[in-house]
Amino acid sequence: MSTPGLFVIGATHHRAPLAVREKLALNGEGAAALQAQLASLAGLAEFALLNTCNRIEFYGVATRAEAIADIAAAFCARQDFDRAEFDRIRLDLRGREAVQHLLEVSAGLDSQMLGETEIFGQVKAAYANAQAGGTTGPVLNRVFQKSFQAAKHVRTQTAITEGQVSVANVAVDLALNIFGALAETRILLVGAGEIGEKTARAFQSRGAASLTVASRHFERAMELATALGASAMPFEQREARLAEFDIVVCATSAPDTVISLAATRAAMHRRPAQPLFFIDQALPRDVDPAVAHLQNVFLYNLDDLAKIADENRAAREAEIGKCRAIVAEKAEALWRQVAPQVGELVNTAAPHAANPEISHSRV
Amino acid sequence: MLAAIADRTWLWAAAGLYLAGFLHGTITLLRHGKPSGGVAYALIALGYALQLAGLAARGRTVGGCPLGNQFEIYQFTAWSAITLYLVVGATFRLSLLGYFTACLASTLTLISLVLPGWDQTPRTKIFGHNPWIELHAALAVFSYGVFALLALTSIMFLLRNYSLKSKQLGGGFSFLPSILDLDLIGVRLLGTGVVILAVALLVGSVYWLRDVSAVQSTKILVTVAVWLVAAAAFGLRLRGLLLARRFAWTCLLLFIAAMLSLFAVEQSRLRLATKPVAAAQGRPLQPAA
Repeated sequence: MSTPGLFVIGATHHRAPLAVREKLALNGEGAAALQAQLASLAGLAEFALLNTCNRIEFYGVATRAEAIADIAAAFCARQDFDRAEFDRIRLDLRGREAVQHLLEVSAGLDSQMLGETEIFGQVKAAYANAQAGGTTGPVLNRVFQKSFQAAKHVRTQTAITEGQVSVANVAVDLALNIFGALAETRILLVGAGEIGEKTARAFQSRGAASLTVASRHFERAMELATALGASAMPFEQREARLAEFDIVVCATSAPDTVISLAATRAAMHRRPAQPLFFIDQALPRDVDPAVAHLQNVFLYNLDDLAKIADENRAAREAEIGKCRAIVAEKAEALWRQVAPQVGELVNTAAPHAANPEISHSRV
Repeated sequence: MLAAIADRTWLWAAAGLYLAGFLHGTITLLRHGKPSGGVAYALIALGYALQLAGLAARGRTVGGCPLGNQFEIYQFTAWSAITLYLVVGATFRLSLLGYFTACLASTLTLISLVLPGWDQTPRTKIFGHNPWIELHAALAVFSYGVFALLALTSIMFLLRNYSLKSKQLGGGFSFLPSILDLDLIGVRLLGTGVVILAVALLVGSVYWLRDVSAVQSTKILVTVAVWLVAAAAFGLRLRGLLLARRFAWTCLLLFIAAMLSLFAVEQSRLRLATKPVAAAQGRPLQPAA
C-alpha cells in the first residue's frame, strides 16, 4: 500500500529486459509531455524524471498516497503498457531507501556497466530538466545536489571507475597506454561489421584523428565510412598502406589472416619509431600472431581484450562493498536532514497523513 | 641561526625526505594501488630545498662549487636529477616518475652520506680559482643528473613495454605513462645530456690544451667515452636504428657507465690534489688564439 512522502518508482535493467525497456522508453517529446502532465497532478509536491536507455525513474514527494499510483497510471497509459506488468517489474522505494537509491544511481553503482560515469551526467540533466520545469522543491533540490556530491566522493575515494569493461573501451584504454592521447592517431578499420564499427566509434568518441575503412565489399566500406564520417580504402591496399596507420582494428570474417608478418615488418621498416597497435577482433584471427614479436608492435586479440575486461569488472566488483558503505552512510545523514522537510510538506497538505519517518520501507 | 647548521645535517635531512617520498610511494602503491602524487612531489620538493641549502653551505665552506670529492659529486648528481624531475615531472605529468626519482635520489644521497671515505678527499685548490674549471665540472656532473633521470624513464619504458607485451596492465603498471610519451622524453633527455656534456668537455678541453699534464689521461678517456656512447646512441635513435627496448637498455647502461666513470675521475682528482703543479693552482684562462 502506498504512503505519502519521498519516493522513487520506475523500471530498470534489473527487472526489465531490453524488449520491455524498449516499450517503456520515452523520447524527448514524450518525456516533455509526460512531465507537463505530471506537473498538474494533484498531491505531487515535487518530482523529477530520469529517463535513460537502462532506466525510467520518477523521483518525487507525494503529499497524497494516490499520487504515486497516478504517476504509474499516467505513464503506462502514455506508453500503452500493461499496468499489471508494470507493477510486476517496477522499482518502488520510499524515504531513506529512495535517497540511497538515487545516490547509488548517481555513483554508477546501479548501472549495468558497474561504475560507469555517463549516468552521472544523465542524473544531472534530469535534475536540470526538473528545475527548468519548476517541479523541484526544497526536498529534491537537496537530495539531488547531495547525490552529486556523494557520487563524486565515491569516484574519488574508491577504484569503482577504474578500468573499462566493454571490449571496445578496453581497446581504447590500451591505445592510450601506447599513444598517450588519440588526437594524432590514424585508425584503419579492416572489416565493416558491427563489432569493428563499435570499436571504431569508441575511438572516434575519444578524439582519434582519422578513420579509414577497408572491407572486402567496397560498397559496404563506403557506406560505413559515410556513416562514421571516415574515408574508405580498397581492401587490396590494406597491407601496402599499413605504415600510414597507428591503430589497426581487424574484424573481418575472412577464413585466413588478412595482415601478414611480412607486410607488418615492411610497414615498421617505414615507421620504426612509431608504435603500431593491432586489435584483432576476428575469429578466426585476422592478424598473423607472429607480428607480436616485432619491436614497437602490440597485438591484442579477442581473448586478450575479454580477459582485461573481465579483470576490470572483477576489480570494480571488489569495490562495491566500500562504495555501498559510503553511500549508505551519506544516505542516512541526508535522510535525517530531509525527513523533517518531507514531513512538513505532507502535513501541510494533509495534517493527518502518516509520518514519513516511519514510511520508508521497501514496497 | 640557520647558517650554524652543518652542511651534512642539511643533506641528511634532504636524504631523509627523499627516502620518505620513496617509502610513502611504496606504501601508497601497495595499499591503494595508485601513486602518491602530490605528497611525493611535496616531499621531494622539500628535500630538494634542504639539499640546496646543504650544497650552498658546503659551497660557502669550500669557497666554490661543491664538486671536490666523490661525496659532493654524488650529491650534486642527485640534486641535478631532482632539478630536472621538478621541471619534467610537472610538464609531462609522468605518473610514477616522482616515485622512481625519490628512490634514486635517496639511494645516491644516502650512499654518499654513509661512506665517510667519500667526503675525506683533500680538496684544497682542486679547481684552483678558475671559474671555467668549476663550470666544466658543474656541467659535466649536471649532465650525469640528466642521465640519471633518463635511466629512470628508461626503466619506466621497459616496464611499460613489458606490461603491454605480456598483457599485464593492472596494478602498478596502470599508472605508468604511455610508451610513446616515455620514448619521447627519453630522446629529449638524451639529447639534453649529450649537449650539456659536450659543452662541459669543450670548456674542459680549453683548459687541458693549455696544460696537458694538469689532467689525467684516464679521466679524459673515460669522460669522452661516456659522451661518445651517449652521442652515438642519440644519433642512432634519430636515424631509427636504435629503438624501443634496445634504446631504453642503452640509456640505462649509459647511466651506469657514467656513474662508474666517476671513480676514474676521482682517481685523477686525487692524483692532481696531491701534485703541486701550477695548473692545479688555477691560472686564469686566456682566450684561445
